[in-house]
Amino acid sequence: MNPDEIYLDHAATTPMRPAAIAALEESFGVMYGNAAGQHGAARRAKNALEEAREQAAELIGADRPHDIVFTSGGTESDNLAVMGAAMASNRRSVVVSSIEHKAVLESAASLTRSGYSVRIASCDRNGVIHPDAVAQLVEGDTAVVSVMSANNETGSIQPVAEIVERVRSLDHTIPIHTDAAQYFVGKSLDIAEFGVDLLSLSGHKFGGPTGVGMLYVSSTTQIESVLVGGNQEAGRRPGTSNVAGIVAMVAAMSEVVRNRQRFSETAGAERDVFERSLLESDPTIAVTAGGVDRLAHFSHVHIPGVLAETLLIRLDAVGVFAATGSACQSGALEASHVLTAMGMPGDVAQECVRFTFGWDTSPGTGAAAADQVIETVRALR
Amino acid sequence: MKALVAMSGGVNSSVAAALMIEQGYDVIGVTLKQWEGPNGLMPVAGCCTLSDAEDARRVAAQLDIPYYVLDYVEEFTEAVVKPFAEGYQRGLTPNPCIECNRKVRFTALLERTEALGCDVLVTGHHARVEEHDGVWKLRKAVDGTKDQSYVLHMLDQAGLSKVRLPVGEMTKTVVRERAAELGLRTASKPDSQDICFVTSGDYRDFLADMVPGMEGGGDVLDLDGAVVGHHEGTVGFTIGQRKGLGVSVGEPRYVVDIEVEDQTITIGRYEDLLTDGCVVSEMSFTNEPISNGEHVEVKVRYRSEPVGAVAVLEGDLWRFTFDEPQARPAPGQTLVMYDGDYVLGGGVIVA
Repeated sequence: MNPDEIYLDHAATTPMRPAAIAALEESFGVMYGNAAGQHGAARRAKNALEEAREQAAELIGADRPHDIVFTSGGTESDNLAVMGAAMASNRRSVVVSSIEHKAVLESAASLTRSGYSVRIASCDRNGVIHPDAVAQLVEGDTAVVSVMSANNETGSIQPVAEIVERVRSLDHTIPIHTDAAQYFVGKSLDIAEFGVDLLSLSGHKFGGPTGVGMLYVSSTTQIESVLVGGNQEAGRRPGTSNVAGIVAMVAAMSEVVRNRQRFSETAGAERDVFERSLLESDPTIAVTAGGVDRLAHFSHVHIPGVLAETLLIRLDAVGVFAATGSACQSGALEASHVLTAMGMPGDVAQECVRFTFGWDTSPGTGAAAADQVIETVRALR
Repeated sequence: MKALVAMSGGVNSSVAAALMIEQGYDVIGVTLKQWEGPNGLMPVAGCCTLSDAEDARRVAAQLDIPYYVLDYVEEFTEAVVKPFAEGYQRGLTPNPCIECNRKVRFTALLERTEALGCDVLVTGHHARVEEHDGVWKLRKAVDGTKDQSYVLHMLDQAGLSKVRLPVGEMTKTVVRERAAELGLRTASKPDSQDICFVTSGDYRDFLADMVPGMEGGGDVLDLDGAVVGHHEGTVGFTIGQRKGLGVSVGEPRYVVDIEVEDQTITIGRYEDLLTDGCVVSEMSFTNEPISNGEHVEVKVRYRSEPVGAVAVLEGDLWRFTFDEPQARPAPGQTLVMYDGDYVLGGGVIVA
């Protein structure tokens, strides 16, 4: 990375971990066989694929390798979980939370065109979904429930285990999905602890390549494939397996789990220094979801009187790369549905910026970034 | 010195960015996201579309300058699109491009220029900004056929001192040549003609979508009040319009009056369209206001030659009396005053 640049947009995507790059380089060129084939090259690919599947299952505490479905990324995993579970059910309603990623919200919305109804659980002012808010929406017709593990804008951690418990107490047959794309980066994750039936991960969020992800599907959960045209992934996700990408993603997963402690110590410590410096320099700055359990590498802040759009451009000019967490396809910032759901007025939401630290964040980054932000904010006021 | 270049994805603003770099500025490119469909996406047809933004982004990358898309949808909707629809509802013929310049580009974006740490705002307009002994002047473009000084008349001294229009110094042919020399992908891209937010290509369809139930319909009258035809709604008409009247009387007829309340259109001969003058509101001046009773040259249409007129202040309004009778300008359109090559100011025609 360019030493003059401070990359604080790890929640958007994070640089690939060396183990993943090494795995990619090793696999590309060697793993040219189609894993579905009947010859030596195909077997090599198939073996690598199944080894990766076994390893991935073990890393998240899944019962069986078969519970892992490899996909093209977090978006596809979310689509497959929500739409796939709904379509496999004879029930016709889904429950999602208001702060879900668009991949979940729009999966739910697209189901309404096929006659499903969607119920949306609200969050509190800190962006936390309470188990009651979900439970009260669950009815006899609920086909699937989806609540993310940690929010991708604020980093607020959701009480997934409690939500699962409440929903199960009402109806133990409803499949429950969680999008853990951000959570897995910062917190140790064990399927058994969560108790969910479906769990999405995205490779590039934790140091794997883009274009690859996975969906955990418990042995008792039925899903229908969203894509059609092949029998790969036990008929749940057709398409030639991206073996090199999958192997690299699982190599990164392994690094994530092995370095979990160090991650929260370095990224978390730098985040803390960063926030402390900001708040000391300007007490009007407010940390979003600051009072609740948050991912250690997330810092979502409201800087009164400074438009995020302007601040991000000024920071870009001095080599500090941050984001708001919501942008449209042209790159223009758009109103965040998450902040709106939290009850934040639109003009406040426009003054919020997200800084996310990562696995390669070096010591001193938090202080250096805070200095730049403070200086830029002063110039803008 | 830093320059903020408003890049539309067209050849003019692409070359403007390149010229500012040549002049030694640190340059930032921006495209304004001004309009979106109900799905929140940028339009894919018409001007200022997603593909235009992508062209701008690729040119910026080629010039090695940072590039951003800024969200001006709310400002643009309030200041330009809604008044456009309301104007037509009231029988006016609004000019949304001028309103965009007045209320978005050279206000909101000019303020943003400073916030982004830039000294000047640059656009690809064909006109010239010059400084004469501490006075900033707006001048017609070198290329008279492409002159856009008319749509920039609202710039005052504060605005002109911060706006740079480098392509106004060259002909369109030279602009395209420069773009080709620089290898810019926009070198041979056609000029846009449409109103940027009217993606269907027909503003009447757009208005029908924007304001349900405004189609209406009524009688076409002659000057004696006799019914000579029928029309599908006053919204489709503008004063001076000759085509599409749906009436054939053997010689050309023009719209001379539009009554929204009664939904009537009155048509007449060219002579019936002639008027001695017009009344203008929201007047602004590039420098000092003109004197009451001053004789100036005025343009009441974008593409017409200036004519002489005497300007007299009447309360908040200015009445212009033409030296020779002129075809009646459509209310909602813009009058711009000139002194030779130089713009003195202008405003919105109300009657």
